[in-house]
Amino acid sequence: MQGTKRQPDHILNVEGLAQLLRALRADAYRLVGPTVRDGAIVHAEIRGIDDLPAGWTETQEAGTYRLVPRGDGALFGFSTAAQSYKQVFFVPRLRLLKLRRKDSSFTVEHDAPVTSRLALIGARSCDLHAIEVQDRTLLTGPFADPDYAARRSDLFIVAVQCGQSGGTCFCASMGTGPRSTAGFDLALTELFEPHRFLVQVGTEAGERVLARLPRALATESERVAAEGVVEQTAQSMGRRMDTTGIKELLYRNLEHPRWDDVAERCLGCTNCTLACPTCFCSTVEDTGDLTGESAERWRRWDSCFTLDHSYLHGGSVRTSTRSRYRQWMTHKLASWIDQFGTSGCVGCGRCITWCPVGIDITEEVAAIRRADGACSGEGGAP
Amino acid sequence: MNTAGPMTPRPVVVRNIHIESDDVVTLDLATESEAWSFQPGQFNMLYAFGVGEVPVSMSGDPSQTDRLVHTIRSVGAVTEALCRTPLGGVVGLRGPFGTPWPMDTVRGRDLVVVAGGLGLAPLRPVLYDVLRYRSDYGRISLLAGARTPEDLLFKREVERWKQQAAIDVHLSVDRAPAGWNGQVGVVTSLLSSIDISAQTVAFVCGPEVMMRFTVRELQRRRVPAERIYLSMERNMKCAVGFCGHCQLGPSFVCKDGPIFRYEQLKSLFWLPEI
Amino acid sequence: MNEREALERHPFAAGLSDPQISALLPCARRVRYRAGAVIFREGAAATSLYLIITGGVALEQHVPGKGDLALESLGPGDLLGLSWIFPGGHWLLTARATTDTDALELNARDVLQRMDLDPALGFALSKHLVAQLCQRLERVRLQRLDVYRAPK
Repeated sequence: MQGTKRQPDHILNVEGLAQLLRALRADAYRLVGPTVRDGAIVHAEIRGIDDLPAGWTETQEAGTYRLVPRGDGALFGFSTAAQSYKQVFFVPRLRLLKLRRKDSSFTVEHDAPVTSRLALIGARSCDLHAIEVQDRTLLTGPFADPDYAARRSDLFIVAVQCGQSGGTCFCASMGTGPRSTAGFDLALTELFEPHRFLVQVGTEAGERVLARLPRALATESERVAAEGVVEQTAQSMGRRMDTTGIKELLYRNLEHPRWDDVAERCLGCTNCTLACPTCFCSTVEDTGDLTGESAERWRRWDSCFTLDHSYLHGGSVRTSTRSRYRQWMTHKLASWIDQFGTSGCVGCGRCITWCPVGIDITEEVAAIRRADGACSGEGGAP
Repeated sequence: MNTAGPMTPRPVVVRNIHIESDDVVTLDLATESEAWSFQPGQFNMLYAFGVGEVPVSMSGDPSQTDRLVHTIRSVGAVTEALCRTPLGGVVGLRGPFGTPWPMDTVRGRDLVVVAGGLGLAPLRPVLYDVLRYRSDYGRISLLAGARTPEDLLFKREVERWKQQAAIDVHLSVDRAPAGWNGQVGVVTSLLSSIDISAQTVAFVCGPEVMMRFTVRELQRRRVPAERIYLSMERNMKCAVGFCGHCQLGPSFVCKDGPIFRYEQLKSLFWLPEI
Repeated sequence: MNEREALERHPFAAGLSDPQISALLPCARRVRYRAGAVIFREGAAATSLYLIITGGVALEQHVPGKGDLALESLGPGDLLGLSWIFPGGHWLLTARATTDTDALELNARDVLQRMDLDPALGFALSKHLVAQLCQRLERVRLQRLDVYRAPK
């Protein structure tokens, strides 16, 4: 997935796409793609083109997600899947260690790392950016997470250029989409009448797979049509966020009355952090068995919205919802930049969609910006 | 770090136990042959088999490479299990982690070490270092506060330092029984009894409230923000920058701390619930 | 160090003019206490204030069954005794020298009289008294927080 040289674009028809998925399976890739499950389009393991959400789309609004049929049989005619790829690489529950008492000491065993080849089918630009954001936390610090590294080590990425923006999307504001420009092996743009896909080649691996498929060179008018699709999406974003000086904006508004306001609405349910493709907080749980002979260490997702998250002997540092929401949002949009050189937000909008009370991060930022410098209660340096 | 990954503890043997007070013990941890090295202020994650893991600062002498010394207060399930580990028993250890006290910055200057309660533990390696290379430093003062005379850590050693006069030692307790002839009052009140020069550097460790009072008092004595260093504490699950718990504004206490220059923290230090 | 120098160098008299120092000087006398000596006792009439020059003083309270408990320690530069400020006051605590202690004892009635006569002196000393009180209050507050207590 290194730098792209401009390749000619190709055209695959629907059967060609089916062959692409078969070719990847033949190359021992497990396919993870969008599919309809439990009333939502989710990322899950798929066998082939028949598992794709043909003819389905969704409406997303703050606190709302509904599957809706669409008439055209589109395979990628939705905006974002309910989840990102986070749970694929940074798994929700992971056994880190098995320990056993031996003589007076103990021994440690590790589960073998999971290194299956994965092909991501229909990956959106926001979700690809999110992987890159998580890489910075889990791979490029002083330590690398071995499980995460193994799970994302052998990827083939078939991106899809977004043909439709969702009601809560704002990737255009975050500079993370809707157009995928890098980080894929192949990128598809879904075109209709006839139903077909314009294919951009991102890597040599992509080129090699494509070479095995029946395909045509894309015409200039097909190229223009594909450009138009993603341009139309960019123009119709459901939300926007003004990110001008956002780090400084939030750092200087840590006592803004809006935090009190949002705390009145926030349930502290942790949905936003679970749905977020970049949130990486985890906790470590050590367990022992009744005999005291063996023990395990597990990692599981955690959230800064829980009281336990900041627990120190004697009490928690962040006891109020106000402080916990502030922590989440200033981390996501401000301190992340100091920590990892990038925003923690890719504008996928999931935190808005999946918030049971419809808290909208773009609106919270806008409210703080509208009353920049307002201050609730006392505080500040002496 | 070993190939097993950064979350894997290795077994170490409890070679020595010092009972410091009712609820505080010091454990000397060692393996057969390993030579350890650490810098004053750094910490390890200590694991009690099947119970859990907590961060604990090293309180020993950095020049003693055959053991790692940790002073632990029993305040929860894990620390209680660690404190109860018998002589010859095994605990898990991974580390060392974190930033050290900036010993280089102090060389040739005066140092005031302000410790509250268990806060003396991560500062003891500083004093060992200073005593070892005494002529490299200017005036060294130790101001240590504790709840009661009983709770003062490392009593015999501190008494010895006092006798040797290589360090100017001042102790104070918040409450004293009849017969206590030492100082009573908060540790910050000791600051008025020492000289502060234009070059004085301060290392402070203790409960956050105590550090806030101390910073205020140091600033009243005109010690600038860039010469005050604090050891901060936050919830910590991994110590390697993954788990997200120890964030303090833009910093991860596990890797950007625990030792911070006050100047770095200034804007957040006085904010509640940050 | 004579009495004048001792007074001039003590924080209680910081910023006072020469004439003001001279006005206070007749109220002061040099006192010395051996370690363990009682400087004043709880319940006695508070007729003096003490400016500690060297040494250390413990403020104690006798608690039945527990003995004399030290509540606060004072040292060089501190002002010992506050109950004299309002005439007719009595000491609330016992003051005991914990080490050999040098101090200036000032006659409270004389000091109050001079503060009344010279409002500028009165104001300057009042400011020092308030500052001393604030500092002591701050310390007591932190002490009351009991920050080293074992968490529940």
